[in-house]
Amino acid sequence: MITAGIDIGSITTKAAVMAEGKIRGTKVVFTGYNAEQAGTKVYEELLAELGMEKSDVGRIVSTGYGRNSVKFMDKAMTEIICHGAGAHYLNPRARSVIDIGGQDSKAIVLDEKGKVKNFAMNDKCAAGTGRFLEVMARALEVDLDGFGTLSLRAGDPSRISSLCTVFAESEVISLISKGENRENIIAGIHESIAARIAAMANRLRIAPLVVMTGGVAKNIGVVKALERKIGMAVEVSEYAQVNGAIGAAFLAAGLK
Amino acid sequence: MNKMPEIVLFFLAKIKKLALHFKKKKKMKEIMMVYYMEAKSARISGRKVAWITSGGPVEPLIAMDVIPVYPENHGAMIGASKMGTDLCEKSESMGYSSDLCSYARSDIACATVNGGPIGGLPRPDMLICCNNICGTVLKWYEVQARYFNVPLFIFDTPFCHVGYAEEVQRYVRSQLDEYVLFLEKACGKKMDSDHLKAVGKLSLEGQRLWQAVLATTANSPAPMTAFDAFYHLALIVTLRGTPLVIDYYTQLLEKMKDRVARGIGAIPNEKYRLLWDNIPIWPRTRWLSEKLASHNACLVADTYTSAWCGTTKYIDENNFFDSMAEAYTRIYLNIGVDEMARIVLEMVDMYKVDGIVMHSNRSCKPYSLGQYDIQKIVEKERGIPCLMIEADMVDERSFSESQVSTRIDAFMEIIKERKGA
Ligand code: SF4
Repeated sequence: MITAGIDIGSITTKAAVMAEGKIRGTKVVFTGYNAEQAGTKVYEELLAELGMEKSDVGRIVSTGYGRNSVKFMDKAMTEIICHGAGAHYLNPRARSVIDIGGQDSKAIVLDEKGKVKNFAMNDKCAAGTGRFLEVMARALEVDLDGFGTLSLRAGDPSRISSLCTVFAESEVISLISKGENRENIIAGIHESIAARIAAMANRLRIAPLVVMTGGVAKNIGVVKALERKIGMAVEVSEYAQVNGAIGAAFLAAGLK
Repeated sequence: MNKMPEIVLFFLAKIKKLALHFKKKKKMKEIMMVYYMEAKSARISGRKVAWITSGGPVEPLIAMDVIPVYPENHGAMIGASKMGTDLCEKSESMGYSSDLCSYARSDIACATVNGGPIGGLPRPDMLICCNNICGTVLKWYEVQARYFNVPLFIFDTPFCHVGYAEEVQRYVRSQLDEYVLFLEKACGKKMDSDHLKAVGKLSLEGQRLWQAVLATTANSPAPMTAFDAFYHLALIVTLRGTPLVIDYYTQLLEKMKDRVARGIGAIPNEKYRLLWDNIPIWPRTRWLSEKLASHNACLVADTYTSAWCGTTKYIDENNFFDSMAEAYTRIYLNIGVDEMARIVLEMVDMYKVDGIVMHSNRSCKPYSLGQYDIQKIVEKERGIPCLMIEADMVDERSFSESQVSTRIDAFMEIIKERKGA
């Protein structure tokens, strides 16, 4: 059977199509202000790319904050369950998932079957989310995509002590005016995010294998900082950003 | 006093008649209405009004015929009527920090504008502050004592990590004598110790009845939910020590027992049983109860409403006055985290719950501190999941519906998975 998963997040909307347990294609678009439109668009475009018709798709599961805004899904499931399922599908040895999304971050502990045993979320505060990085990139006038590699060149990461995004931003601005180099500041920003996430993950007593999902997983600087803070290796799949959509498509196949 | 004007007498007679009528019918709404009307007309009826903290020793007030009024109960009413955010903002513009407890913020603001659902609390003649719930109340009551220029009595209960030391008993007990002296001075009359004994008996009986009401939800399906308990709680908080409480809870208990006998559940299809921790999110109780019911989940018990009957074991029926020192000192918010966890575990077993919903309450630090430890202990000892919701009991600015909604959905997915449904 062909199934689809649609993950409507605060910043991006992702879709994945699977057939007989294999990924056939994935796609990412910006969510914008209309979640329903974004969900419909990413789905239709992906089908067109794959040369498929809607009638080819047996079942659809939606997830993410906008999961209830589309009407064509068979079931809406939370991103926690979907991220767990996606991580397990991509790597059955995964026992913990750290997902840093646009407006929240979460840590999920899985059992050997990929079922969620426990989870913790930070959704109250922008610090420790993708939004934090965006704000910082703006303050530094650096393209976000360059953050990861730039930070790897840091000699001595700056200390960003504020827990609050707004305060951290002014800290960064004062570092800039003091003439601190960019690489060090960016590395300091990554350390600060990683410290936040590690505190949440440790509270949950995460165990190896740890995988990281969500858009921020593309940032090698955050991944490395996180590895140091939790003292465990962190694996990132090439599908990290669409992990939730893959999980949704995977779960769609198992729906009764 | 001069002869009262006719219109006042007429008004008082009306309230009395209304009170008698409602006392017979025993409807919560009307009882509370009469209670606040009596308190608001205290000045004309010549009675005194005392503001008191929710965990404070109220029995001596009742024995002195003083009307106790609870700013925290008022805070809950403000929250439930969604008027909290405005008042919180008002207090912030007066200079109070947004980190201050939202009961304190809304009360302090309300006193200056007579706002809120009942147009403000009646002016106090005295303030009674017991710090067994938190340290915030000390400063809060000092602020109000200055504002209203009335005497303040502070009843200091040391924190009891474990056990209850002899010197603590001596210290707290000695303050009870000071308390009585304070009241005698404020009211200009002597305390009638026989009357105080009788009030003590009624208080204990009321607490036992409340416990019995709550215990009915150990049945499955539960005849009422914690959301109902939040509602019925008002009387044990505000009027314990009066016969009214006994009548009300006796009737409620009968009703619940009858529902149990007939197998009537509070929600249509109870499949999952949950325990609630912390003060309710007052502006969102309806939303939350509907949300949980949509998952066939019932909040069957909570640590909050049971706090008003959690220390009956320390009370000596025949010596209420001496023993209430211990009962008021060892309440849920004044004990160590290990003790709190032990109580939570007892509730998990008694009410046979499948999971715990913890409200990490931005306002109430003493209640929210330690929740992660309790969570760990419960998960280890009983293997059931705990959900953490971050919100505030009054201030709606600390609540995000879609975020809380996602957490609840995910939590219920886990519970359903575990129960194999
Ligand atoms: S901090 Fe907590 S215990 Fe203290 S007054 Fe506020 S709600 Fe009550």
